[in-house]
Amino acid sequence: MSKPKSAYSIPGKKQKSDTHVIVVWVDNEAGVLARVVGLFSGRGYNIESLAVAEVDSKLNISRITIVTTGTPQVIEQIKLQLGKLVPVHKVADFMRGDKKIIFKEMALLKIVGNDIKRKKAIKFCKKFNPVVLDKTNKSVVIQITALRREIDTIMNDLKKTGLVSVSRTGAVAMTRGAEIFK
Amino acid sequence: MSKLYSGAEIVFKCLEAQDVEYIFGYPGGAVLPIYDELKNHESIKHILARHEQGAGHAAEGYARSSGKPGVVLVTSGPGATNAVTALTDAYMDSIPLVCISGQVPTHLIGTDAFQECDTTGITRPCTKHNWLVKDVKDLSKIIHKAFEVATTGRPGPVLVDIPKDIQFQKTKYVNSIKRKKLNGKIHNKFNQGEIDQLVKSMVNSSKPILYTGGGVINSGPKASELLRELVSLTGFPITSTLQGLGSYPGDDNQFLGMLGMHGTYEANNAMHDCDLMINIGARFDDRITGKIDEFSPKSKKVHIDIDPSSINKNVKVDLPIVGDVSEVMLSVIKTLKKKHPNFASSNKEKTSKWWEKISEWRSVNSLNFINSDKTIKPQHAIQRLYELTKDKDTYITTEVGQHQMWAAQHYKFNKPNRWMTSGGLGTMGYGLPAAVGVQIAHPDKLVVDIAGEASVLMTIQEMSTAVQYNLPIKIFILNNEYMGMVRQWQELLHEKNYSESYTAALPDFVKLAEAYGCVGIRAKTPDELDEKIKEMINVNKPVIFDCLVDKEENCFPMIPSGKPHNQMLLGPNDQKENKITGKGKTLV
Repeated sequence: MSKPKSAYSIPGKKQKSDTHVIVVWVDNEAGVLARVVGLFSGRGYNIESLAVAEVDSKLNISRITIVTTGTPQVIEQIKLQLGKLVPVHKVADFMRGDKKIIFKEMALLKIVGNDIKRKKAIKFCKKFNPVVLDKTNKSVVIQITALRREIDTIMNDLKKTGLVSVSRTGAVAMTRGAEIFK
Repeated sequence: MSKLYSGAEIVFKCLEAQDVEYIFGYPGGAVLPIYDELKNHESIKHILARHEQGAGHAAEGYARSSGKPGVVLVTSGPGATNAVTALTDAYMDSIPLVCISGQVPTHLIGTDAFQECDTTGITRPCTKHNWLVKDVKDLSKIIHKAFEVATTGRPGPVLVDIPKDIQFQKTKYVNSIKRKKLNGKIHNKFNQGEIDQLVKSMVNSSKPILYTGGGVINSGPKASELLRELVSLTGFPITSTLQGLGSYPGDDNQFLGMLGMHGTYEANNAMHDCDLMINIGARFDDRITGKIDEFSPKSKKVHIDIDPSSINKNVKVDLPIVGDVSEVMLSVIKTLKKKHPNFASSNKEKTSKWWEKISEWRSVNSLNFINSDKTIKPQHAIQRLYELTKDKDTYITTEVGQHQMWAAQHYKFNKPNRWMTSGGLGTMGYGLPAAVGVQIAHPDKLVVDIAGEASVLMTIQEMSTAVQYNLPIKIFILNNEYMGMVRQWQELLHEKNYSESYTAALPDFVKLAEAYGCVGIRAKTPDELDEKIKEMINVNKPVIFDCLVDKEENCFPMIPSGKPHNQMLLGPNDQKENKITGKGKTLV
């Protein structure tokens, strides 16, 4: 979103929106997620997906990964506004599609159907590191890790093999090679 | 073993360590242990407001006029929700407030207990940071950190929510006032390269302008001194936002007056036509920029601000400089003196045409109005108030509306921290309680709240506070029986459909003053105005001054909605050619 809240300033020429992945290191304290999410909703920014968990139990640091869409100006604002929050330690941002960055989502897929359908489903998932987490003679739960779009596609494919339930995480990200986020 | 203190005692030990002299507050069930402790701490005086919003605005007035953080103490539930307007106001105008709120006991949180509300949840978007204290051992650390967050970087409000059981529990007191940087949140990141670039632009510019804001006030009195030095060193024209008034003398020849929606013709045209704009501690607010696409199209823009998120938020700038404006100006002055001694005189010729142009705009005399000898014109009332109080180091607060803009246009400030007004949030009812806070900070000074009759009624109960503490504040009401600014917009934009903007059944303000135990004065004609104002100044008691002014007067000049800076409405004669049409009407 780039529409200003006050209509007094007529929105200027619209710039192109890009999808960015923003990684935030925060103190793992009460309300910190609400602060980050509240900043997005309060200022009218999008959240496409969100993943958060503690990554350092000694220093009490959580890592939040947010996928968001916005014009360069909005993305810049998001980073600067996040940087102002007291429990935020650092903020990193990169474009989705950046070759130096890996990012993945995980999905759990429950298939209910006969043996043929279940096998077919596992075969469809082959490219995405399928792990069978649970299985009965009627059902199977498959875990896959892939990109968002890939999971979208596979969900479509699996409809005909008896997909009854999907649970997905938000994206998490990491740099390739020896480098780390600064 | 060191002594154990209760949570309530720790609150006061922290406030003492922070040199707090005044708390503005209102008691209630969930803060009673703290109020019980008050009697044991003589150095801290409590000012009892009549509403928590009043307590908050009073603390803002105290903070803005003294440069110290304001401290507010309220109870849980309604106490906290009533303080939200003041916290938001302080957040928008970057005023350091520390609000301590009581909360229901820890074991009752989340049960919809009596006077419970999610205070930290409600105040999260209107504070720089807030804390719910869950362990008494954290209390002293949190309060000291709260003061640090409120007063460092870009100042603002913070809130500490303390459950009642925590106020009773005992622990050791740790004095942890820290001066260290907080997560790197203090930004003084500029380098000499940026300063050199700025100085180079200044040397090359033939149509420069300095555009200064509240950041200069927040940076302390030194910033105002440096600004004066910078202006005289460069010979550049200077304009100021509403919040920045006072950082540069209002009657100086290089000062073009306030800019923006109700700014002067010369200031707005100079902003539009300049080739170098140096923004010092202002934030390109929408009331300043008008139509963004046509905002100062030909200028190179430099933005000096302590808050990096203010830069490129509304207007893209060419040279951002992140830092405390005092330190940046000091570097600029040093560099300028070293590299270009006698800059002002050597640069005179280069900017002479620019100054000629400015004089042309000035000759339009955009603050002019048609005076009358029958009814008091509101602009005239403020001019008279200014003339009769200018030698007194007067502190002015305002409410919000036409009177606020007239005050900004016609009252000339010479010193910082003398002008307290709600700019960002535009809170009607700000001025009266703010005047209470200002008078607390400056007991011997003249404090005047320039008010409108509609605004002042929103917090009129604080007259009782003024009387209780013998605070001789003067409430100077420009009474036109209308919500004047609403009426003005309805006249210009809604075919004179004055929907709900007239206040019937107004109180008799003179009798109201007497009912509160203060003095009521009424002025009806221009002839008696001066005498009545003098009478007001000479009373050493709170005064409500009911100044009956022209009911139809509009505030000009005005940049209509959706128009750029160089298309201003100048007054009754100018309106025919410059109608607000179509799109402009839907804008706020």
